[in-house]
Amino acid sequence: MSDLKKEIDDVSGVDTTGHEWDGIKELNTPMPRWWVYTFIVCCIWAFVYQFFYPSWPLISDYYKGYFAETNRDRLNDELGNVAQQRSVTLDKIRTMDLEDIRRDNALNTFALAGGKAAFGDNCAPCHGTGAAGFTGYPNLNDDDWLWGGTLEDIYTTISYGIRSTHEETRVNDMPAFLKDELLTKAEIEDVVTYAQSLSDRSIKATESGRVLFADNCALCHGEDGKGLREFGAPNLTDAITLYVTDRDSMIDIVSNSRKGVMPTWSGRLDEATIKSLAIYIHSLGGGE
Amino acid sequence: MTYQNNPPVVSRLSQSLTTICLAVGIILALIIAGKTTSAAMQFHALILIVTFFAGIVALFNLGGRINEVEHKPSPSGVYYNNTIVKYGVIASCFWGIAGFLVGDILAWELAFPVLNMDMPWTNFGRLRPLHTSAVIFAFGGNVLIATSFYVVQRTCKARLAGEIAPWFVFWGYQLFIVLAATGYLLGITQSKEYAEPEWYVDLWLTIVWVVYLLVFLGTIWRRKEPHIYVANWFYLAFIVTIAMLHLVNNASLPISFVEPKSYTLFAGVQDALTQWWYGHNAVGFFLTAGFLAIMYYFVPKRAERPIYSYRLSIVHFWSLIFLYIWAGPHHLHYTALPDWAQTLGMTFSVMLWMPSWGGMINGLMTLSGAWDKLRTDPVLKMLVVSVAFYGMSTFEGPLMSIKAVNGLSHYTDWTIGHVHSGALGWVAYVSFGALYCLTPWLWGRKGLYSLKLVNIHFWVSTVGILLYICAMWVSGIMQGLMWRAYTDLGFLEYSFVETVAAMQPYYIIRAIGGLLFIVGSLVMVYNLWRTILGHTAGEESPENISKAIAAQALGE
Repeated sequence: MSDLKKEIDDVSGVDTTGHEWDGIKELNTPMPRWWVYTFIVCCIWAFVYQFFYPSWPLISDYYKGYFAETNRDRLNDELGNVAQQRSVTLDKIRTMDLEDIRRDNALNTFALAGGKAAFGDNCAPCHGTGAAGFTGYPNLNDDDWLWGGTLEDIYTTISYGIRSTHEETRVNDMPAFLKDELLTKAEIEDVVTYAQSLSDRSIKATESGRVLFADNCALCHGEDGKGLREFGAPNLTDAITLYVTDRDSMIDIVSNSRKGVMPTWSGRLDEATIKSLAIYIHSLGGGE
Repeated sequence: MTYQNNPPVVSRLSQSLTTICLAVGIILALIIAGKTTSAAMQFHALILIVTFFAGIVALFNLGGRINEVEHKPSPSGVYYNNTIVKYGVIASCFWGIAGFLVGDILAWELAFPVLNMDMPWTNFGRLRPLHTSAVIFAFGGNVLIATSFYVVQRTCKARLAGEIAPWFVFWGYQLFIVLAATGYLLGITQSKEYAEPEWYVDLWLTIVWVVYLLVFLGTIWRRKEPHIYVANWFYLAFIVTIAMLHLVNNASLPISFVEPKSYTLFAGVQDALTQWWYGHNAVGFFLTAGFLAIMYYFVPKRAERPIYSYRLSIVHFWSLIFLYIWAGPHHLHYTALPDWAQTLGMTFSVMLWMPSWGGMINGLMTLSGAWDKLRTDPVLKMLVVSVAFYGMSTFEGPLMSIKAVNGLSHYTDWTIGHVHSGALGWVAYVSFGALYCLTPWLWGRKGLYSLKLVNIHFWVSTVGILLYICAMWVSGIMQGLMWRAYTDLGFLEYSFVETVAAMQPYYIIRAIGGLLFIVGSLVMVYNLWRTILGHTAGEESPENISKAIAAQALGE
């Protein structure tokens, strides 16, 4: 180290180490005290923490810590506590009749709160956070129901879904009248005119259209076009539609059919949650 | 250890051996191109063939360029290899702009998802690794390679080891970037964060990286200085550790040697732990150790002051190296990872706080006696602010690793904000500072084209960074609080969709912040470009800056 040229730095009054690289020198300043002490305190804290909690791996096991507490234990405790607190209420919701739950003030409040939370995480992606729906996904706030708006109807729809994978799923099939060669293009135009006239008085329907409707559509949509819930067939006389209102799109639906899928929630959500959802959705404005 | 300073020569033997290696590579690539069933891998094989062929041509061109020209040593008698550093500076600027741009496109996509235009190549899942790889590996990696090649030569008073090897490292690394980036867009990924490229790209990077290590070690071996400068410790730690992390985390079994798909050797939580051991130490050794090396050279150089404390640099170097490697499990708090590993990850992260701050103290205190230069030198201002951001994010990191805090912050935008205060504020700013220093030095200019433009870059980008990280703090903490909010009856107060909707305004602010950051970077690229062309804006340069630059431009 004889080649080291130690010198005193003018600004700080500290000597240099005598090294120099490409003009860069180093001061021999001691490490800041506060830095050393904070470092030591952090290390002490770390070892104390390691003493109390599971920390060091051993050969076939690990050091369990003074408290011998794990994340999973704590989570199970917390979930256990919640389950215990709620068990009475949840039991009642599981076993009682939907209508009775709705009449019981405390149970109803609980079910509405639980239904709202479950709706946000499971239903909102399709039906929207406010349940107002989107094109192809029904609005649940109004009283226009495809499969019925009683508590039982809603409960069944949620449990088994529509065209879902469940055996008891609600299912219907709007035929593709043109694709399956049930009607000609001209006939479809005619019957669509009739269907439009049901909700729009400015449109004049033809007699042939009325006959075509009675022969082909009335079976599901009803003689008066007001829909039949046992088939999930929509009411054609109101201004509410699931898909579209313009003529070309209606012709397309009659020609090629159109349908959506609602998944089954039975097995994915527990009984109490499904019942709470039914009560919540029923309360949104259209419940029957 | 006394190597003579001889003018560089490219030997016939090394030229021939490299040519043989590249020819073998072409044959392998031809086999893959012919046999693979993956169109994307076929495309990659064609890229390899073209690049290797171009490499052979370039090899003989290099021989002519080096051997038939008379070289002029620097005043101290060293024949520095400056050309490779010039290439590195240009590559850094190019990849930097590309990476920032993709990042901001992603920021707008998050605010308005329709902007992905419903195309597979532009959706968030494929562009996101493109952004992270472009900024970390393409921009950051090129800055590290360029500055390390410059710094190791200057602080060792020796020419870079090898004539072909450094160029192999540079172009081989660019090839790695192109293979990785095009792979992401075509849908090739092994789904490991920051290690998305598949096995064949990993193998290629391994070869390049080993040569990089050899070039670096070879240069240190030839040094004329009795000691190794602290910046070189950090560069070496970065190169060695990244090699280790890369090899372990990418250990996998390809389904065939002509197909891109592979399966990792680790399963389940072991895979997760290996991944975050890699992921966290990529931050530690790539983005921290590597860039601390840059700080240790460019801050004292620009401030013209000695390093504050030699002892602090030793202690904080070794404690940082020892403690960082344990901290990875804090990315997996409250998961299937065993509690003992979580505890170790958290406590080592807290112990890491002061070792990280040692670098900040050494960087900031090196300015004592030179604080007045901040008024006149915006490049130094950028370097100092980068150290301040480094200090802030290395405080935030240990804080977020504490389980109680992590319970709130994990999976939220707070993490994104934390990463970007480090990435934009520290990594990018210290890189910009280095690029502003290097350009006039390398091209022998008296100074930058315009210091005023540096000042504009500094302020526009700083406002951008602040908008970005503040928006993410607010958004992240709000998100965390909304997720854990309960009603009186014990039900979640907000659905996930509601928390997403609540974040949109902050996403827009973040995207605007990112845009400002890009505008600043474009100002820098323009400034550097005019500097390279030898233009000046006719501003008066403060005396200390012109003196420093003049001394460096001589090659010292």
